[in-house]
Amino acid sequence: MGQTFAEKVLARAAGVPSTVAGEVVDARPDLALSHDNTAAIWRIFKGIGQSRVKYPERLAITLDHASPPPTPKHAQNHAEVRQFVAEQGVRHFFEVGRGICHQVLSEEGLVRPGMLILGADSHSTHYGALGAFGAGVGRTEMAAVWATGELWLRVPETVQVVVEGTWPAGVTAKDFALRLIGDLGADGGLYSSIEFTGSAIRALSMESRFVLPNMMAEMGAKNAVILPDEVTLAWVRARTGEPFTPVYSDPDARFAAVYRYDARTLETYVACPHTVDNVVPLSAVAGRRVHQAFLGTCTNGRLEDLAAAAQVVTGRRVATGTRFLVIPASSQVYMDALRHGYVATLMEAGAVFGPPGCGPCMGNHLGILAPGEVCISSANRNFRGRMGQPEAEIYLANPAVVAASAIKGIIAGPNDL
Amino acid sequence: MLIRGRVWKYGDSINTDVMFPGKYTYTVTDPVEIARHALEDLDPAFAAGARPGDIVVGGQNWGCGSSREQAAACLKYLGIGAVVANSFARIYYRNAINLGLPAITCPEAVAALQHGEMAEIDLERRMIRSAAGEFTFPPLSPTVLAIIEAGGLIPMLCRKLGTQVPEGYSKWSEGGG
Ligand code: SF4
Repeated sequence: MGQTFAEKVLARAAGVPSTVAGEVVDARPDLALSHDNTAAIWRIFKGIGQSRVKYPERLAITLDHASPPPTPKHAQNHAEVRQFVAEQGVRHFFEVGRGICHQVLSEEGLVRPGMLILGADSHSTHYGALGAFGAGVGRTEMAAVWATGELWLRVPETVQVVVEGTWPAGVTAKDFALRLIGDLGADGGLYSSIEFTGSAIRALSMESRFVLPNMMAEMGAKNAVILPDEVTLAWVRARTGEPFTPVYSDPDARFAAVYRYDARTLETYVACPHTVDNVVPLSAVAGRRVHQAFLGTCTNGRLEDLAAAAQVVTGRRVATGTRFLVIPASSQVYMDALRHGYVATLMEAGAVFGPPGCGPCMGNHLGILAPGEVCISSANRNFRGRMGQPEAEIYLANPAVVAASAIKGIIAGPNDL
Repeated sequence: MLIRGRVWKYGDSINTDVMFPGKYTYTVTDPVEIARHALEDLDPAFAAGARPGDIVVGGQNWGCGSSREQAAACLKYLGIGAVVANSFARIYYRNAINLGLPAITCPEAVAALQHGEMAEIDLERRMIRSAAGEFTFPPLSPTVLAIIEAGGLIPMLCRKLGTQVPEGYSKWSEGGG
Protein backbone atom coordinates (compact mmCIF):
# COMPACT_ATOMS: atom_id res chain seq x y z
CA MET A 1 0.00 0.00 0.00
CA GLY A 2 1.14 3.53 -0.73
CA GLN A 3 2.35 6.00 1.85
CA THR A 4 1.15 9.46 2.75
CA PHE A 5 3.27 12.61 2.80
CA ALA A 6 3.40 12.42 6.60
CA GLU A 7 4.47 8.76 6.62
CA LYS A 8 7.25 9.49 4.12
CA VAL A 9 8.66 12.63 5.74
CA LEU A 10 8.72 11.02 9.16
CA ALA A 11 10.34 7.86 7.77
CA ARG A 12 13.12 9.93 6.21
CA ALA A 13 13.58 11.98 9.38
CA ALA A 14 13.70 8.81 11.49
CA GLY A 15 16.09 7.04 9.13
CA VAL A 16 13.78 4.09 8.48
CA PRO A 17 12.48 2.79 5.12
CA SER A 18 8.82 3.42 5.89
CA THR A 19 6.37 4.27 8.65
CA VAL A 20 2.67 3.75 9.10
CA ALA A 21 0.10 6.00 10.76
CA GLY A 22 -0.10 5.29 14.49
CA GLU A 23 3.52 4.23 14.80
CA VAL A 24 5.90 6.24 16.97
CA VAL A 25 9.33 7.14 15.63
CA ASP A 26 12.36 9.07 16.83
CA ALA A 27 12.62 11.79 14.24
CA ARG A 28 15.41 14.28 13.66
CA PRO A 29 14.03 17.71 12.73
CA ASP A 30 15.87 19.59 10.00
CA LEU A 31 14.94 22.87 11.67
CA ALA A 32 13.89 23.72 15.22
CA LEU A 33 12.17 27.06 15.83
CA SER A 34 11.87 28.99 19.04
CA HIS A 35 11.17 32.68 19.62
CA ASP A 36 10.81 34.86 22.69
CA ASN A 37 10.37 31.57 24.59
CA THR A 38 14.01 30.61 23.87
CA ALA A 39 15.21 31.81 27.28
CA ALA A 40 12.63 29.63 29.06
CA ILE A 41 13.71 26.61 27.01
CA TRP A 42 17.34 27.40 27.82
CA ARG A 43 16.52 27.20 31.56
CA ILE A 44 15.03 23.72 31.09
CA PHE A 45 18.03 22.77 28.94
CA LYS A 46 20.46 23.83 31.65
CA GLY A 47 18.29 22.10 34.23
CA ILE A 48 18.94 18.76 32.57
CA GLY A 49 22.67 19.36 32.80
CA GLN A 50 23.29 20.53 29.24
CA SER A 51 25.63 23.24 28.09
CA ARG A 52 26.01 22.76 24.31
CA VAL A 53 23.21 22.44 21.75
CA LYS A 54 23.92 19.35 19.67
CA TYR A 55 23.15 20.92 16.27
CA PRO A 56 23.13 24.72 16.66
CA GLU A 57 23.00 25.09 12.86
CA ARG A 58 19.49 23.54 12.92
CA LEU A 59 18.12 26.17 15.28
CA ALA A 60 16.20 29.22 14.09
CA ILE A 61 15.32 31.92 16.59
CA THR A 62 13.25 35.07 16.17
CA LEU A 63 12.37 37.89 18.53
CA ASP A 64 8.80 38.63 17.51
CA HIS A 65 6.20 37.95 20.22
CA ALA A 66 6.83 41.04 22.34
CA SER A 67 9.07 43.02 20.09
CA PRO A 68 10.40 45.68 20.53
CA PRO A 69 10.08 44.79 24.22
CA PRO A 70 7.28 46.67 25.99
CA THR A 71 8.65 46.31 29.56
CA PRO A 72 12.03 45.86 31.28
CA LYS A 73 11.10 42.23 31.95
CA HIS A 74 10.52 41.59 28.26
CA ALA A 75 13.79 43.39 27.47
CA GLN A 76 15.63 41.19 29.95
CA ASN A 77 14.10 38.11 28.32
CA HIS A 78 15.37 39.26 24.92
CA ALA A 79 18.81 39.92 26.41
CA GLU A 80 18.94 36.32 27.64
CA VAL A 81 17.92 35.05 24.21
CA ARG A 82 20.77 37.05 22.61
CA GLN A 83 23.18 35.64 25.18
CA PHE A 84 22.07 32.12 24.26
CA VAL A 85 22.44 32.87 20.55
CA ALA A 86 25.98 34.19 21.05
CA GLU A 87 27.05 31.39 23.37
CA GLN A 88 25.75 28.60 21.13
CA GLY A 89 26.70 30.22 17.83
CA VAL A 90 23.16 30.17 16.42
CA ARG A 91 23.40 31.54 12.89
CA HIS A 92 19.71 31.74 12.05
CA PHE A 93 18.85 34.49 14.49
CA PHE A 94 16.43 37.25 13.59
CA GLU A 95 16.38 40.42 15.61
CA VAL A 96 13.56 42.66 16.77
CA GLY A 97 11.76 44.09 13.74
CA ARG A 98 12.62 41.36 11.23
CA GLY A 99 9.15 39.89 11.62
CA ILE A 100 7.01 36.97 12.72
CA CYS A 101 8.81 33.62 13.01
CA HIS A 102 6.73 31.68 10.48
CA GLN A 103 6.88 34.44 7.86
CA VAL A 104 10.60 35.09 8.37
CA LEU A 105 11.72 31.44 8.21
CA SER A 106 9.72 31.05 5.00
CA GLU A 107 11.13 34.23 3.43
CA GLU A 108 14.67 33.31 4.39
CA GLY A 109 14.52 30.07 2.43
CA LEU A 110 14.99 28.06 5.62
CA VAL A 111 11.72 26.22 4.93
CA ARG A 112 11.93 23.82 2.03
CA PRO A 113 9.72 21.02 0.69
CA GLY A 114 10.18 17.66 2.40
CA MET A 115 11.74 19.06 5.59
CA LEU A 116 10.67 18.18 9.12
CA ILE A 117 10.34 21.39 11.14
CA LEU A 118 9.45 21.41 14.82
CA GLY A 119 8.58 24.71 16.43
CA ALA A 120 7.97 25.71 20.03
CA ASP A 121 4.91 27.49 18.67
CA SER A 122 1.50 26.04 17.98
CA HIS A 123 1.20 27.58 14.50
CA SER A 124 4.26 25.70 13.23
CA THR A 125 1.75 23.89 11.00
CA HIS A 126 2.38 26.97 8.79
CA TYR A 127 5.38 25.36 7.04
CA GLY A 128 3.13 22.90 5.24
CA ALA A 129 2.33 25.66 2.76
CA LEU A 130 5.83 25.09 1.36
CA GLY A 131 5.52 21.31 1.39
CA ALA A 132 7.34 20.84 4.71
CA PHE A 133 6.07 18.87 7.70
CA GLY A 134 5.67 21.50 10.44
CA ALA A 135 4.41 20.69 13.92
CA GLY A 136 4.25 22.51 17.24
CA VAL A 137 5.89 21.07 20.38
CA GLY A 138 6.21 22.09 24.03
CA ARG A 139 9.15 23.77 25.72
CA THR A 140 10.44 20.66 27.49
CA GLU A 141 10.37 18.81 24.18
CA MET A 142 12.31 21.59 22.48
CA ALA A 143 14.97 21.33 25.19
CA ALA A 144 15.17 17.63 24.35
CA VAL A 145 15.62 18.44 20.65
CA TRP A 146 18.45 20.84 21.50
CA ALA A 147 20.13 18.18 23.65
CA THR A 148 19.78 15.15 21.39
CA GLY A 149 18.77 16.40 17.94
CA GLU A 150 15.71 14.18 17.95
CA LEU A 151 12.22 13.77 19.35
CA TRP A 152 9.64 11.03 19.44
CA LEU A 153 6.69 11.66 17.14
CA ARG A 154 3.56 9.66 16.43
CA VAL A 155 2.96 9.27 12.70
CA PRO A 156 -0.41 10.94 12.08
CA GLU A 157 -3.33 9.66 10.05
CA THR A 158 -3.99 11.84 7.02
CA VAL A 159 -7.23 13.66 6.24
CA GLN A 160 -7.58 14.92 2.71
CA VAL A 161 -9.42 18.15 1.96
CA VAL A 162 -10.26 18.59 -1.70
CA VAL A 163 -11.40 21.98 -3.00
CA GLU A 164 -12.39 22.18 -6.66
CA GLY A 165 -13.85 24.97 -8.77
CA THR A 166 -13.27 28.70 -8.98
CA TRP A 167 -13.34 31.12 -6.06
CA PRO A 168 -16.19 33.63 -6.02
CA ALA A 169 -15.02 37.28 -6.09
CA GLY A 170 -13.91 38.43 -2.66
CA VAL A 171 -13.77 34.94 -1.16
CA THR A 172 -10.28 34.10 0.11
CA ALA A 173 -8.28 31.24 1.57
CA LYS A 174 -9.07 32.73 5.00
CA ASP A 175 -12.79 32.31 4.34
CA PHE A 176 -12.28 28.68 3.43
CA ALA A 177 -10.12 28.06 6.50
CA LEU A 178 -12.87 29.51 8.71
CA ARG A 179 -15.58 27.55 6.91
CA LEU A 180 -13.67 24.27 7.29
CA ILE A 181 -13.00 24.83 11.01
CA GLY A 182 -16.65 25.81 11.47
CA ASP A 183 -17.81 22.64 9.70
CA LEU A 184 -15.46 20.16 11.35
CA GLY A 185 -15.08 21.83 14.75
CA ALA A 186 -12.07 22.70 16.89
CA ASP A 187 -11.19 18.99 17.14
CA GLY A 188 -12.10 18.15 13.54
CA GLY A 189 -8.50 17.51 12.57
CA LEU A 190 -7.36 16.00 15.81
CA TYR A 191 -3.87 14.54 15.64
CA SER A 192 -4.16 14.39 11.88
CA SER A 193 -2.08 15.47 8.98
CA ILE A 194 -4.38 17.62 6.83
CA GLU A 195 -3.59 17.48 3.15
CA PHE A 196 -5.13 20.15 0.89
CA THR A 197 -5.59 19.42 -2.76
CA GLY A 198 -7.79 20.26 -5.75
CA SER A 199 -7.92 22.86 -8.52
CA ALA A 200 -9.08 25.67 -6.21
CA ILE A 201 -6.09 25.12 -3.91
CA ARG A 202 -3.67 25.07 -6.83
CA ALA A 203 -5.22 28.32 -8.09
CA LEU A 204 -4.21 30.13 -4.87
CA SER A 205 -1.16 32.40 -4.81
CA MET A 206 1.70 31.33 -2.55
CA GLU A 207 0.83 34.12 -0.12
CA SER A 208 -2.78 32.89 0.19
CA ARG A 209 -1.68 29.31 0.63
CA PHE A 210 0.10 30.08 3.89
CA VAL A 211 -3.27 30.80 5.51
CA LEU A 212 -4.54 27.21 5.28
CA PRO A 213 -1.83 25.17 7.07
CA ASN A 214 -1.39 28.05 9.53
CA MET A 215 -5.01 27.90 10.63
CA MET A 216 -5.21 24.12 10.89
CA ALA A 217 -3.67 24.41 14.35
CA GLU A 218 -7.15 25.65 15.31
CA MET A 219 -8.62 22.30 14.25
CA GLY A 220 -6.26 20.21 16.39
CA ALA A 221 -4.09 19.12 13.46
CA LYS A 222 -0.54 17.93 13.99
CA ASN A 223 0.54 19.29 10.64
CA ALA A 224 -1.11 20.41 7.41
CA VAL A 225 0.30 20.48 3.94
CA ILE A 226 -0.26 21.71 0.42
CA LEU A 227 1.83 19.38 -1.71
CA PRO A 228 4.35 21.37 -3.79
CA ASP A 229 3.58 22.41 -7.36
CA GLU A 230 5.25 24.90 -9.74
CA VAL A 231 4.04 27.81 -7.59
CA THR A 232 5.70 26.39 -4.47
CA LEU A 233 8.91 25.38 -6.19
CA ALA A 234 9.33 28.76 -7.90
CA TRP A 235 8.76 30.55 -4.59
CA VAL A 236 11.32 28.43 -2.74
CA ARG A 237 13.92 28.52 -5.52
CA ALA A 238 13.73 32.32 -5.61
CA ARG A 239 14.83 32.32 -1.97
CA THR A 240 17.41 29.58 -1.58
CA GLY A 241 19.95 27.63 -3.56
CA GLU A 242 19.92 24.80 -1.01
CA PRO A 243 18.84 21.44 -2.42
CA PHE A 244 15.59 19.82 -1.36
CA THR A 245 13.43 16.84 -2.27
CA PRO A 246 9.68 17.41 -2.48
CA VAL A 247 7.59 14.64 -0.94
CA TYR A 248 4.16 13.56 -2.20
CA SER A 249 1.52 11.12 -1.01
CA ASP A 250 1.26 8.02 -3.19
CA PRO A 251 -1.91 7.71 -5.29
CA ASP A 252 -2.89 4.63 -3.26
CA ALA A 253 -2.01 6.13 0.13
CA ARG A 254 -4.60 5.59 2.85
CA PHE A 255 -6.59 8.60 4.03
CA ALA A 256 -8.58 8.45 7.25
CA ALA A 257 -11.21 10.75 5.73
CA VAL A 258 -11.77 12.86 2.63
CA TYR A 259 -13.76 16.12 2.66
CA ARG A 260 -14.81 17.71 -0.61
CA TYR A 261 -15.77 21.33 -1.23
CA ASP A 262 -16.88 23.22 -4.30
CA ALA A 263 -15.26 26.67 -4.11
CA ARG A 264 -18.25 28.18 -5.95
CA THR A 265 -20.45 27.49 -2.94
CA LEU A 266 -18.20 29.37 -0.50
CA GLU A 267 -18.80 32.89 0.78
CA THR A 268 -17.20 35.37 3.17
CA TYR A 269 -17.18 34.14 6.77
CA VAL A 270 -16.47 35.53 10.20
CA ALA A 271 -15.45 33.60 13.34
CA CYS A 272 -17.35 35.05 16.31
CA PRO A 273 -16.21 35.27 19.94
CA HIS A 274 -14.80 33.24 21.67
CA THR A 275 -13.92 30.20 19.57
CA VAL A 276 -12.51 29.84 16.08
CA ASP A 277 -15.17 27.26 15.14
CA ASN A 278 -18.00 29.71 15.93
CA VAL A 279 -18.26 30.61 12.24
CA VAL A 280 -21.10 32.44 10.46
CA PRO A 281 -21.47 34.13 7.06
CA LEU A 282 -20.43 37.80 7.13
CA SER A 283 -24.05 38.90 6.60
CA ALA A 284 -25.04 37.35 9.97
CA VAL A 285 -22.84 39.75 11.98
CA ALA A 286 -22.60 42.77 9.67
CA GLY A 287 -23.41 46.00 11.49
CA ARG A 288 -21.82 45.10 14.78
CA ARG A 289 -19.88 48.09 16.22
CA VAL A 290 -16.08 47.78 15.96
CA HIS A 291 -13.57 49.72 18.08
CA GLN A 292 -10.40 48.30 16.57
CA ALA A 293 -9.59 46.70 13.24
CA PHE A 294 -6.31 44.78 13.20
CA LEU A 295 -4.58 43.72 10.01
CA GLY A 296 -1.48 41.60 10.53
CA THR A 297 -0.16 38.30 12.05
CA CYS A 298 1.36 35.18 10.52
CA THR A 299 -2.07 34.34 9.10
CA ASN A 300 -2.82 37.50 7.11
CA GLY A 301 -0.05 40.09 7.39
CA ARG A 302 1.56 39.61 3.98
CA LEU A 303 1.87 41.93 0.97
CA GLU A 304 -1.24 40.53 -0.68
CA ASP A 305 -3.23 41.23 2.50
CA LEU A 306 -1.99 44.82 2.71
CA ALA A 307 -2.78 45.23 -1.00
CA ALA A 308 -6.35 44.02 -0.47
CA ALA A 309 -6.79 46.43 2.43
CA ALA A 310 -5.23 49.34 0.50
CA GLN A 311 -7.64 48.74 -2.35
CA VAL A 312 -10.60 48.86 0.02
CA VAL A 313 -9.57 52.08 1.80
CA THR A 314 -8.36 54.08 -1.23
CA GLY A 315 -9.91 57.54 -1.06
CA ARG A 316 -11.74 56.73 2.20
CA ARG A 317 -11.22 57.51 5.90
CA VAL A 318 -11.26 55.24 8.94
CA ALA A 319 -14.48 55.82 10.92
CA THR A 320 -14.39 58.18 13.88
CA GLY A 321 -14.23 56.11 17.06
CA THR A 322 -12.45 53.23 15.35
CA ARG A 323 -8.71 52.67 15.07
CA PHE A 324 -7.15 50.73 12.24
CA LEU A 325 -3.93 49.00 13.16
CA VAL A 326 -1.68 47.53 10.46
CA ILE A 327 1.35 45.41 11.35
CA PRO A 328 3.26 43.87 8.43
CA ALA A 329 4.31 40.27 9.07
CA SER A 330 7.94 41.06 8.26
CA SER A 331 10.37 43.85 7.35
CA GLN A 332 10.33 42.46 3.80
CA VAL A 333 6.55 42.80 3.62
CA TYR A 334 6.83 46.33 5.02
CA MET A 335 9.41 47.41 2.44
CA ASP A 336 7.48 45.84 -0.41
CA ALA A 337 4.30 47.57 0.76
CA LEU A 338 6.17 50.89 0.85
CA ARG A 339 7.42 50.38 -2.69
CA HIS A 340 3.91 49.57 -3.92
CA GLY A 341 2.45 52.61 -2.20
CA TYR A 342 0.15 50.55 0.04
CA VAL A 343 1.59 52.07 3.20
CA ALA A 344 0.83 55.60 1.98
CA THR A 345 -2.68 54.64 0.91
CA LEU A 346 -3.42 52.99 4.24
CA MET A 347 -1.94 55.85 6.27
CA GLU A 348 -3.80 58.46 4.23
CA ALA A 349 -6.97 56.61 5.21
CA GLY A 350 -5.95 56.88 8.87
CA ALA A 351 -4.27 53.52 9.53
CA VAL A 352 -1.59 53.23 12.23
CA PHE A 353 1.49 51.12 11.42
CA GLY A 354 3.32 49.04 14.00
CA PRO A 355 6.76 47.42 13.74
CA PRO A 356 6.85 43.95 12.11
CA GLY A 357 6.10 41.22 14.65
CA CYS A 358 3.15 39.59 16.37
CA GLY A 359 1.82 42.93 17.63
CA PRO A 360 -1.30 42.55 19.79
CA CYS A 361 -2.13 39.07 18.40
CA MET A 362 -1.50 37.38 21.74
CA GLY A 363 -2.13 40.38 23.94
CA ASN A 364 1.40 41.46 24.78
CA HIS A 365 1.35 45.04 23.51
CA LEU A 366 0.69 47.39 20.58
CA GLY A 367 -3.08 47.28 20.50
CA ILE A 368 -4.55 45.79 23.66
CA LEU A 369 -8.32 46.16 23.97
CA ALA A 370 -10.33 47.84 26.71
CA PRO A 371 -13.14 46.00 28.53
CA GLY A 372 -16.24 45.82 26.36
CA GLU A 373 -14.38 46.68 23.15
CA VAL A 374 -14.77 44.77 19.91
CA CYS A 375 -11.91 44.01 17.54
CA ILE A 376 -12.14 42.60 14.05
CA SER A 377 -8.85 40.91 13.26
CA SER A 378 -7.11 39.07 10.46
CA ALA A 379 -5.47 36.72 13.02
CA ASN A 380 -6.12 33.03 13.65
CA ARG A 381 -7.36 32.95 17.26
CA ASN A 382 -10.20 34.73 19.04
CA PHE A 383 -10.13 33.05 22.46
CA ARG A 384 -11.40 35.05 25.40
CA GLY A 385 -8.61 37.29 26.63
CA ARG A 386 -6.37 36.55 23.64
CA MET A 387 -5.74 40.25 23.00
CA GLY A 388 -5.07 40.98 26.66
CA GLN A 389 -8.57 41.73 27.91
CA PRO A 390 -11.04 38.99 28.87
CA GLU A 391 -14.00 41.39 28.65
CA ALA A 392 -13.27 42.22 25.00
CA GLU A 393 -14.54 40.43 21.89
CA ILE A 394 -12.56 39.33 18.84
CA TYR A 395 -14.03 38.54 15.42
CA LEU A 396 -11.81 36.92 12.79
CA ALA A 397 -12.14 37.75 9.10
CA ASN A 398 -10.22 38.22 5.85
CA PRO A 399 -8.14 41.40 5.26
CA ALA A 400 -10.68 43.15 3.00
CA VAL A 401 -13.41 42.69 5.63
CA VAL A 402 -11.07 44.01 8.33
CA ALA A 403 -10.33 47.10 6.19
CA ALA A 404 -13.98 47.69 5.26
CA SER A 405 -14.96 47.39 8.93
CA ALA A 406 -12.33 50.00 9.82
CA ILE A 407 -13.86 52.42 7.31
CA LYS A 408 -17.45 51.83 8.41
CA GLY A 409 -16.81 51.44 12.16
CA ILE A 410 -19.04 48.37 12.05
CA ILE A 411 -18.46 44.84 10.76
CA ALA A 412 -18.79 45.22 7.00
CA GLY A 413 -17.56 43.80 3.72
CA PRO A 414 -16.00 45.76 0.85
CA ASN A 415 -19.33 45.66 -0.98
CA ASP A 416 -21.00 47.58 1.86
CA LEU A 417 -18.88 50.70 1.20
CA MET B 1 5.18 -2.73 34.10
CA LEU B 2 1.98 -3.78 35.84
CA ILE B 3 -0.68 -1.24 36.78
CA ARG B 4 -3.50 -2.25 39.07
CA GLY B 5 -6.28 -0.13 40.49
CA ARG B 6 -9.84 1.06 40.45
CA VAL B 7 -11.47 2.47 37.33
CA TRP B 8 -12.65 6.10 37.21
CA LYS B 9 -14.73 6.34 34.06
CA TYR B 10 -15.73 9.56 32.27
CA GLY B 11 -17.20 10.56 28.90
CA ASP B 12 -16.33 12.16 25.58
CA SER B 13 -14.60 15.49 24.87
CA ILE B 14 -13.43 16.10 28.41
CA ASN B 15 -11.43 19.33 28.15
CA THR B 16 -8.36 20.50 30.01
CA ASP B 17 -10.32 23.26 31.76
CA VAL B 18 -12.35 20.78 33.82
CA MET B 19 -9.23 18.67 34.42
CA PHE B 20 -7.21 21.54 35.81
CA PRO B 21 -9.07 24.87 35.91
CA GLY B 22 -7.46 27.86 34.19
CA LYS B 23 -7.62 29.92 37.36
CA TYR B 24 -4.88 27.72 38.86
CA THR B 25 -2.54 27.49 35.88
CA TYR B 26 -0.20 30.32 36.85
CA THR B 27 -0.68 30.29 40.61
CA VAL B 28 -0.63 26.63 41.68
CA THR B 29 2.81 25.13 41.06
CA ASP B 30 3.40 22.73 43.95
CA PRO B 31 2.90 19.12 42.77
CA VAL B 32 0.98 18.08 45.87
CA GLU B 33 -1.38 21.00 45.43
CA ILE B 34 -1.72 20.38 41.69
CA ALA B 35 -2.78 16.82 42.52
CA ARG B 36 -5.37 18.11 44.98
CA HIS B 37 -7.18 19.94 42.13
CA ALA B 38 -7.13 16.98 39.73
CA LEU B 39 -10.30 16.77 37.60
CA GLU B 40 -11.85 19.27 39.99
CA ASP B 41 -14.61 20.54 37.72
CA LEU B 42 -15.30 17.11 36.23
CA ASP B 43 -15.61 15.01 39.38
CA PRO B 44 -15.15 16.79 42.72
CA ALA B 45 -14.85 13.39 44.47
CA PHE B 46 -11.95 12.23 42.32
CA ALA B 47 -8.88 13.85 43.86
CA ALA B 48 -9.75 12.78 47.40
CA GLY B 49 -10.91 9.30 46.40
CA ALA B 50 -8.25 8.21 43.90
CA ARG B 51 -5.48 5.88 45.08
CA PRO B 52 -2.05 5.26 43.52
CA GLY B 53 -2.39 2.83 40.64
CA ASP B 54 -5.99 3.77 39.82
CA ILE B 55 -6.94 3.95 36.16
CA VAL B 56 -8.73 6.88 34.51
CA VAL B 57 -10.92 5.97 31.54
CA GLY B 58 -12.21 8.51 29.01
CA GLY B 59 -14.07 8.58 25.68
CA GLN B 60 -13.24 10.53 22.54
CA ASN B 61 -10.75 13.41 22.43
CA TRP B 62 -9.64 13.14 26.06
CA GLY B 63 -7.81 16.34 27.04
CA CYS B 64 -8.97 18.66 24.28
CA GLY B 65 -8.54 22.42 24.68
CA SER B 66 -5.50 24.15 26.06
CA SER B 67 -1.95 22.80 25.97
CA ARG B 68 -1.60 23.09 29.74
CA GLU B 69 0.65 20.34 30.99
CA GLN B 70 -0.98 20.32 34.45
CA ALA B 71 -4.05 18.57 32.99
CA ALA B 72 -1.91 15.45 32.70
CA ALA B 73 0.46 16.27 35.56
CA CYS B 74 -2.38 16.39 38.11
CA LEU B 75 -3.08 12.69 37.44
CA LYS B 76 0.59 11.81 37.49
CA TYR B 77 1.16 13.61 40.79
CA LEU B 78 -1.85 11.83 42.27
CA GLY B 79 -0.24 8.50 41.39
CA ILE B 80 -2.74 7.50 38.70
CA GLY B 81 -1.36 4.45 36.88
CA ALA B 82 -2.66 5.10 33.38
CA VAL B 83 -5.29 6.82 31.25
CA VAL B 84 -7.23 4.67 28.79
CA ALA B 85 -9.38 6.43 26.19
CA ASN B 86 -10.98 6.09 22.77
CA SER B 87 -8.75 8.93 21.58
CA PHE B 88 -6.53 11.66 23.01
CA ALA B 89 -6.08 15.31 22.09
CA ARG B 90 -2.66 15.56 20.51
CA ILE B 91 -0.90 17.80 23.00
CA TYR B 92 -2.49 16.02 25.98
CA TYR B 93 -1.14 12.73 24.69
CA ARG B 94 2.38 14.11 24.36
CA ASN B 95 2.24 15.79 27.75
CA ALA B 96 1.08 12.55 29.41
CA ILE B 97 3.79 10.42 27.86
CA ASN B 98 6.50 13.01 28.47
CA LEU B 99 5.49 13.05 32.14
CA GLY B 100 5.68 9.26 32.28
CA LEU B 101 1.92 8.72 32.47
CA PRO B 102 0.83 5.85 30.18
CA ALA B 103 -1.85 7.04 27.72
CA ILE B 104 -3.47 4.03 26.09
CA THR B 105 -5.86 4.07 23.17
CA CYS B 106 -8.25 1.11 23.43
CA PRO B 107 -11.94 1.67 22.55
CA GLU B 108 -12.86 -1.99 23.29
CA ALA B 109 -11.61 -1.67 26.85
CA VAL B 110 -13.26 1.73 27.26
CA ALA B 111 -16.59 0.21 26.27
CA ALA B 112 -16.22 -2.69 28.69
CA LEU B 113 -14.67 -1.12 31.78
CA GLN B 114 -17.09 -0.17 34.56
CA HIS B 115 -16.74 2.78 36.90
CA GLY B 116 -15.40 1.60 40.26
CA GLU B 117 -14.30 -1.90 39.23
CA MET B 118 -10.74 -3.21 39.62
CA ALA B 119 -8.68 -3.54 36.46
CA GLU B 120 -5.12 -4.41 35.55
CA ILE B 121 -2.87 -3.19 32.75
CA ASP B 122 0.19 -5.07 31.58
CA LEU B 123 2.19 -2.63 29.50
CA GLU B 124 4.68 -5.16 28.12
CA ARG B 125 1.99 -7.61 27.06
CA ARG B 126 -0.33 -4.79 25.89
CA MET B 127 -3.20 -6.20 27.87
CA ILE B 128 -6.02 -4.70 29.89
CA ARG B 129 -7.81 -7.15 32.19
CA SER B 130 -11.15 -6.60 33.91
CA ALA B 131 -14.22 -8.63 34.92
CA ALA B 132 -15.46 -8.35 31.32
CA GLY B 133 -12.35 -10.02 29.91
CA GLU B 134 -9.01 -9.17 28.34
CA PHE B 135 -8.40 -6.47 25.78
CA THR B 136 -5.27 -6.00 23.71
CA PHE B 137 -4.14 -2.51 22.79
CA PRO B 138 -1.88 -1.50 19.90
CA PRO B 139 1.84 -1.53 20.57
CA LEU B 140 3.35 1.48 22.27
CA SER B 141 6.57 2.20 20.50
CA PRO B 142 9.78 1.22 22.30
CA THR B 143 10.42 4.97 22.61
CA VAL B 144 7.14 5.66 24.38
CA LEU B 145 7.58 2.62 26.60
CA ALA B 146 11.10 3.70 27.50
CA ILE B 147 9.89 7.23 28.39
CA ILE B 148 7.14 5.82 30.59
CA GLU B 149 9.47 3.37 32.30
CA ALA B 150 12.01 6.11 32.96
CA GLY B 151 9.32 8.18 34.64
CA GLY B 152 9.13 10.76 31.87
CA LEU B 153 11.12 12.48 29.15
CA ILE B 154 13.31 14.50 31.53
CA PRO B 155 14.58 11.56 33.63
CA MET B 156 15.07 9.54 30.46
CA LEU B 157 17.10 12.28 28.85
CA CYS B 158 19.19 12.73 31.97
CA ARG B 159 19.97 9.03 32.05
CA LYS B 160 20.86 9.05 28.36
CA LEU B 161 23.06 12.11 28.76
CA GLY B 162 24.57 10.94 32.03
CA THR B 163 23.35 13.99 33.94
CA GLN B 164 21.48 14.52 37.20
CA VAL B 165 17.70 14.56 37.19
CA PRO B 166 16.78 18.15 38.19
CA GLU B 167 16.09 18.62 41.87
CA GLY B 168 12.46 18.02 42.75
CA TYR B 169 11.67 16.10 39.57
CA SER B 170 11.57 12.67 41.18
CA LYS B 171 9.34 14.06 43.90
CA TRP B 172 6.76 15.09 41.29
CA SER B 173 6.95 11.92 39.32
CA GLU B 174 6.59 9.69 42.35
CA GLY B 175 3.09 11.03 42.58
CA GLY B 176 2.76 12.32 46.11
CA GLY B 177 -0.07 9.90 46.96
S1 SF4 C 1 1.26 36.38 14.87
FE1 SF4 C 1 0.01 35.53 16.51
S2 SF4 C 1 -0.43 33.42 15.92
FE2 SF4 C 1 1.29 34.15 14.65
S3 SF4 C 1 3.13 33.49 15.74
FE3 SF4 C 1 2.65 35.59 16.43
S4 SF4 C 1 1.38 35.32 18.27
FE4 SF4 C 1 1.41 33.34 17.20
